[in-house]
Amino acid sequence: MEAVVDELPVILGAFWLTVKLTVVSGLISLVWGIALAAMRVSPLPVLRGAGALYVNVLRNTPLTLIIVFCGLGLGTVMDVQFSDNLSLNSFWLSIIGLSAYTSAFVCEVVRAGINTVPLGQAEAARAIGLTFLQTLRLVILPQAVRTVIAPLGSLLNALVKNTTVAAAIGVMEAALRMKNLFDAHGDAIIPIFLGFAAGFVVLTLPLNLLSGRLARRLAVVR
Amino acid sequence: MTEISGPDPLVRLEGVNKHFGPLHVLQDIDLSVGRGEVVVVIGPSGSGKSTLCRVLNRLETIDSGSIVFDGRELPAEGRALARLRSEVGMVFQSFNLFAHKTILENVTLGPTRVRKVPRQQAEQRGMELLERVGIASQAGKYPAQLSGGQQQRTAIARALAMDPKMILFDEPTSALDPEMVQEVLDVMVGLAKDGMTMMVVTHEMGFARRAANRIVFMADGQIVEEGSPSEFFTQPSTERARDFLSKILTH
Repeated sequence: MEAVVDELPVILGAFWLTVKLTVVSGLISLVWGIALAAMRVSPLPVLRGAGALYVNVLRNTPLTLIIVFCGLGLGTVMDVQFSDNLSLNSFWLSIIGLSAYTSAFVCEVVRAGINTVPLGQAEAARAIGLTFLQTLRLVILPQAVRTVIAPLGSLLNALVKNTTVAAAIGVMEAALRMKNLFDAHGDAIIPIFLGFAAGFVVLTLPLNLLSGRLARRLAVVR
Repeated sequence: MTEISGPDPLVRLEGVNKHFGPLHVLQDIDLSVGRGEVVVVIGPSGSGKSTLCRVLNRLETIDSGSIVFDGRELPAEGRALARLRSEVGMVFQSFNLFAHKTILENVTLGPTRVRKVPRQQAEQRGMELLERVGIASQAGKYPAQLSGGQQQRTAIARALAMDPKMILFDEPTSALDPEMVQEVLDVMVGLAKDGMTMMVVTHEMGFARRAANRIVFMADGQIVEEGSPSEFFTQPSTERARDFLSKILTH
């Protein structure tokens, strides 16, 4: 227990990085995922095909592979550099991997939401002269997203835990920090482990409660 | 067939055909609607009435033939099609009010987003229209909080807000409880009196008699007969029409 207390600033710093990974890749995933969903319901076959291909490839590839590819493939081989600072560079490379992966799931959840919006809503929108994009943005998506707030919350919950995969390319988030602390405090492995596990629960539990409450509050009544 | 509309019709359909799979729902339809004319389309279910209504703003595409609206061929897609739709109002059987927007927002969405009318001006006009259809007091509510009749009147106000050249009504009272039918029909009769060009698919024969300039009778994807309400209801010239009328008028 002492080890946990002594190392608390270090542990909190690691969780802060976990939070940053989650928030940044969560926002990017939401935007990119909605764009992918728009592609998948668009009237253009090329866009529909590209969206379907992207989603099926990314969704069916293990996240570890994607993150390692971002670190080695993008970072080392293709020399994609975001910063001279090595750890900041890995941070952004892992953001790319996490967002690319999570957005595929966001896309499918949003698309399921779009399917719950009655066809008549889109017909009425088109009938007053809205374009395809306006119909999507002003009528369909606002209703679709509200119906899938709870499943989006689950995705965010999964994302919090998935950020630990960034450890694979040296991002010093909670999981990698935990491993390092194991090395330094071999006699306190169980307390350290419990401390980190509790940290993740503290992050995810409020998310679940909040998304459930938000889903009820924003439900569209028909 | 009798040609009642003038030399410069607002809409002219020529040789329009449409299939749903093996079903030939519109067969060589020729029809014109004059400016200010109220055309009521009646016929047994499955006769193609609703499809006829929906091809006019291209919610359904056609397989062959031509549709000319206000002197121009109906655009196939894109912004030109959106512009055409903004000039043709549509009222649906199931209302289709935007469920996540208030009554007033339903009416102002088109003007502000399509016509780029300033919000304040759109809201003022929206309230006038809601006043006209008798639901100004409900402006801040959501569609699900209103009765069917009130929702359908909102839908009419939403169509009117675009200052359309014509309004299509696709069975506007078929989903309503009986006691709410009249309030919607009253609004429609008012529009007809004000000179709005209307095409109305309906089973309300009282409305057809009162407000129509012309009745179009459809069966099996064809226009079987058309004429003035007095002609059509008193002495229909085809067996199909007589048969149909005998089924719905004698109770």
